[in-house]
Amino acid sequence: MYTATFLQDPDFIRSLYIVAFALFIIDLRLMNHPRTARKGNILGAIGMGIAVIATLLIESVGDYGLIALGVAVGTAVGVPAARSVKMTAMPQMVALFNGVGGGAVALISFVEYREALAGGGGNPALDALIPALFAAIIGSVSFWGSNIAFGKLQELIPGRPIQLPGQQFINIGLLAVCVGCAIAIAAGTESEALFVVILVAAAVLGNMFVLPIGGADMPVVISLLNAFTGLSAAAAGLALDNVALIVAGMLVGASGSILTMLMAEAMNRSIANIFKGGFGGVSVAPAAGDGEAKPVRSTDPADVAIQLSYARKVVVAPGYGLAVAQAQHTVRELADALEKRGVEVLYAIHPVAGRMPGHMNVLLAEADVPYDHLKEMDEINPEFPQTDVALVIGANDVTNPAAREQTDSPIYGMPILDVDKAASVIVLKRSMNTGFAGIDNPLFYAENTSLLFGDAKESVQKVLKEVEEL
Amino acid sequence: MDLLTELTILVLAAFVGFEVISKVPNTLHTPLMSATNAIHGIVLLGGLYLIGPAEGFLNNFLCVIAIAFGTINVVGGFLVTDRMLEMFKRRD
Repeated sequence: MYTATFLQDPDFIRSLYIVAFALFIIDLRLMNHPRTARKGNILGAIGMGIAVIATLLIESVGDYGLIALGVAVGTAVGVPAARSVKMTAMPQMVALFNGVGGGAVALISFVEYREALAGGGGNPALDALIPALFAAIIGSVSFWGSNIAFGKLQELIPGRPIQLPGQQFINIGLLAVCVGCAIAIAAGTESEALFVVILVAAAVLGNMFVLPIGGADMPVVISLLNAFTGLSAAAAGLALDNVALIVAGMLVGASGSILTMLMAEAMNRSIANIFKGGFGGVSVAPAAGDGEAKPVRSTDPADVAIQLSYARKVVVAPGYGLAVAQAQHTVRELADALEKRGVEVLYAIHPVAGRMPGHMNVLLAEADVPYDHLKEMDEINPEFPQTDVALVIGANDVTNPAAREQTDSPIYGMPILDVDKAASVIVLKRSMNTGFAGIDNPLFYAENTSLLFGDAKESVQKVLKEVEEL
Repeated sequence: MDLLTELTILVLAAFVGFEVISKVPNTLHTPLMSATNAIHGIVLLGGLYLIGPAEGFLNNFLCVIAIAFGTINVVGGFLVTDRMLEMFKRRD
């Protein structure tokens, strides 16, 4: 009896919550280095286990059969998905997991409100009601927005921006409906119907707000929705008086906000500009569109192999094109062959290479590229002048010197990899089509640049074969 | 707990979050996003907390869905993060 009372003591349960959120903070702290990150993640999972056990100890918690049912369904869906997802599909997976989190928040807020009304006490006190309304709106937006982001990335719905006329006014109108109903409830209206209106309007808003955004901007959206779900979880924590939810939710809110800002900065776009939508489908006026074909120098695999083999230092600048062609393993084999010949091979990773921040690093790590060879932009840029060969694979806009020099270029000011400062630049390209943003790249016409046309994977394979035969 | 104490905790947590996250290198931003994603799965607690006192079919049903959603978020999130981090190796 004594133990039972002790375990159910609210102070004991609160202490367990403190241990749990401390473990979350340690988890994020250990994420600052690849050596410790895995341990951090495991500690975070342990923290979550402690938080769940602490909650199950609360005296009023019951219906263990139903809890087991929910957990079993969630595990049956989550585990196989997490085990089998391809690394290239990671952005979709994160979007999906994020969405269900937001959905859970919205449902919890709704049930909490229904319970309060059914209990006969009318609306909950304002210090619980306002956070619950906030959680309902943001959670619902996050759930539907994430699902649309998932659909776009998985190509279930077209990735191009889908826009209605007056889209922004519709969105503002929907937001006004959400906030208006929320104010009405907070002002004392006791109405479940109004709460449903909030959830539905927020759901439509979630759809409307992600649909106009182009596929290439999806990483920013996912990051922002991640922050949203975190904030809504923190709000749910305020409503339920649960410190673990408040701290954990806010940590995620802060993290998502930072990543969103970093991404937008690396793409040289303001957040407002991204959410106005339209990018990645509406054509951007091409810079210097004189229509004149400028001369380029093309090369062949044998020549590339010779250049690479006799270099001291080679820097590979990979873009998402490399992942699309599934060339990361072949590139690593080429790097191994070159390293055997005494060539130093490094990788220059632009912050927006891939489909979410840091995605390219994961894809290369999967191909067994050691992480100490993966260099961030600020770290590698000073090294390009001492680089013999820069090998650009499936990257375009992030290597475009126009971003540095041409003030009238749409990408002017975007931070880029300074590959053009290497002694020699080899660009692997499918064809002379301009990049996805439709912006011409002066790098291709530079004197020290030669182009190797063809599928990235096949080209790298040919070069590898030539290197091995040298 | 009163609202102001909770808001104090909330604001401090935001600053801790900013501090800790800004030290994470770009290299690990995808696993970081996935890990923080798993952490907000803590909303699972809300479902666990509400299902006991919840009355009626609809409330219980919605709680079960919330618990299932939260579990997908937590279990899937931590597992997939582990899968990614396992791949980050030094040259041996």
